[in-house]
Amino acid sequence: MIGPLGNGADDRSTGSGHPPVLDVRELTKVYGEGEAAVHALRGVNLVVERGDYVAIMGSSGSGKSTLMNIVGCLDVPTSGRYLLDGVDVSRLNDRQLALVRNRLIGFVFQAFNLIPRTSALANVELPLAYAGVPAAERRRRALAALDMVGLAGRAGHEPNQLSGGQQQRVAVARALVTEPALVLADEPTGNLDSRSTADMLTIFDELNAAGRTIVLITHEPEVGSRARRLIKLFDGQISADVRQDGPAGAGGADRMLDQPTATMERIP
Amino acid sequence: MNLFEILRFAVRGVTANKLRSALTTLGILIGVGAVILLVAVGNGSAKQITDRIAALGTNTLTVQSTSRGGASSTAITVETAEALRDPVLAPDVRSVSPVVSASATITYQGADHSVQQFVGTYPTYFGASNTPVGTGTAFTEEDVAQGRRVLVIGRTVAEELFPGVEPVGAEVTVGGSLFTVVGVLEEKSSSSGFQDANDVAIAPLTAVQQTLTGYGPVSSVVVEAAGSDRVDEAQAQIATILDQRLKVSTTGSGNGSNPNSSPYRIQNASQLLETQSETADTFTVLLGAVAGISLLVGGIGITNIMLVTVTERTREIGIRKALGAPRRVILTQFLAEATMLSLTGGGLGVAAALIGSRFTVVGVKPVIVPSSIALALGVSVAIGLFFGSVPASRAAGLRPIDALRYE
Ligand SMILES: Nc1ncnc2c1ncn2[C@@H]1O[C@H](COP(=O)(O)OP(=O)(O)OP(=O)(O)O)[C@@H](O)[C@H]1O
Ligand SMILES: [Mg+2]
Repeated sequence: MIGPLGNGADDRSTGSGHPPVLDVRELTKVYGEGEAAVHALRGVNLVVERGDYVAIMGSSGSGKSTLMNIVGCLDVPTSGRYLLDGVDVSRLNDRQLALVRNRLIGFVFQAFNLIPRTSALANVELPLAYAGVPAAERRRRALAALDMVGLAGRAGHEPNQLSGGQQQRVAVARALVTEPALVLADEPTGNLDSRSTADMLTIFDELNAAGRTIVLITHEPEVGSRARRLIKLFDGQISADVRQDGPAGAGGADRMLDQPTATMERIP
Repeated sequence: MNLFEILRFAVRGVTANKLRSALTTLGILIGVGAVILLVAVGNGSAKQITDRIAALGTNTLTVQSTSRGGASSTAITVETAEALRDPVLAPDVRSVSPVVSASATITYQGADHSVQQFVGTYPTYFGASNTPVGTGTAFTEEDVAQGRRVLVIGRTVAEELFPGVEPVGAEVTVGGSLFTVVGVLEEKSSSSGFQDANDVAIAPLTAVQQTLTGYGPVSSVVVEAAGSDRVDEAQAQIATILDQRLKVSTTGSGNGSNPNSSPYRIQNASQLLETQSETADTFTVLLGAVAGISLLVGGIGITNIMLVTVTERTREIGIRKALGAPRRVILTQFLAEATMLSLTGGGLGVAAALIGSRFTVVGVKPVIVPSSIALALGVSVAIGLFFGSVPASRAAGLRPIDALRYE
């Protein structure tokens, strides 16, 4: 085992025998009602297989975050079906949903959503605490995750003592610390400079190389081009869905090892 | 996630926002403390009144002259008092003690003390007025008959004149005459109003008349009834005797006689006790109402702080749910936080009230009512728990995304 994100490589199989990770059918989401109703999603169909790396792009207000929140089990659709690992999410109760959110999904919010007045370390430890990981182990893994995003030196800082980019990286560390099979990231590089963005993409590439499914939202074409599959959302509907030969393809992970920063090898 | 872990989260939640936690605690502290202390003050003043009256003796009657001019026909004299001791006309009278009082300065070896009440009376006065002698002895019937200059002094007088010295047997000077101290009174608990009940000196009636007051009318007559249930009868009997002796016309008493025309007044301690304790009860009820209002205000304060924090906490709950916290774990954490704050505030409030009750508040020594502690603590903790956990429980029931968007 290389590190916290290193196991699970056996899950890399792409579908045969397994149901797709995400299976979204005719999904709609309407906010408000009557005159003021906003149709954020107008019938989205999307299937994502295990180990895929999907980028979603689209103009502001096209429904990207809405879709992501539903896929992350944080919100419910107005109509349509959503199967997560073949299971209809609408049938899950509160306890099962908590388990899914905790074990299966790592979610990076567009607005970070760190707990105020609580150190970065404690924020990252939180999902592990809810997973019942013992304190010492929790601390070790949280520190490793912070180190991975280059924030080992900021573990004791509270969110209001961190820059926007640093908060974003804490949020990523918190999403990855539980080693989730499905990583959902809403503009994880939105506040980062090009170098931090490159580091972050390296992390995602390695995660994907290790077999994890990644769905991320982005406005930056160079981020979108790194994914294996690019989906364009327009006005609540999928307007384009292309497979691409991104760097995250076959040889991607090997290439990443040449980069000096943020490699998995640094994680104890 | 085990309970211990959740409690650690709660502690962290409480300490994360110290100002908010401190304000919540303070609100509960003030609510609880104010209620307990106010009720204690009310109770204390009621106790004080009853004590003061009980100190007079509940089966005593005090006869006082109401005529100011001192017309000799209506003045109450020692003879009038003696006439009240009549086994035939007044069978329910146990003892009669005529009282003369003066203010005088007692001097002992250069030190002097101006005593508030210098009383001349009979030995029966000690029993009737409920002022037992602590050390030494009281004077006797014979002392009165002989006009011996002996003196029983109160605690305050003893402390003023004889610091660290045994007063019994000492010779003091009062108004130029030598008196021998034969006893010291027991300490009286309650000071009546502005007077110090322990600042007294009691001597035989005859001695005081000789040296200080002369042989005029007496200030009052303390009459002791045969029992506390015989007080009314005794009062009627001595009224009859007094009417006779003082030649009060009883003809007009039936219709519209002015009670002020009566040359004397009889005060009944048990009647006094009744009316006074009614007043004291009213006072306690009033203070209780004030306490209730302060509890209400404190409760609103707690509610306010708890509700103001809901927005922030709702977002936090949304985050926790998104990270996989089950509803039950969140509820336990927030309930534990509310419990900690409420109990800390309540405990400190009780402590503050207990400390505050050691001091005299507006001349009253507060006496804690145990049930007020339970009530104040119960109400405040209930309010704290309710408003601390109900919004949390509501937020925990929301979808994470709705909790995160809460404003
Ligand atoms: N809670 C809500 N109530 C009402 N309308 C909403 C709500 N959330 C989103 N919307 C609307 O739904 C539409 C889609 O919003 P969404 O947040 O999914 O956009 P987005 O694609 O993520 O945009 P951005 O790139 O700016 O983050 C927008 O028009 C928005 O105004
Ligand atoms: Mg968005």
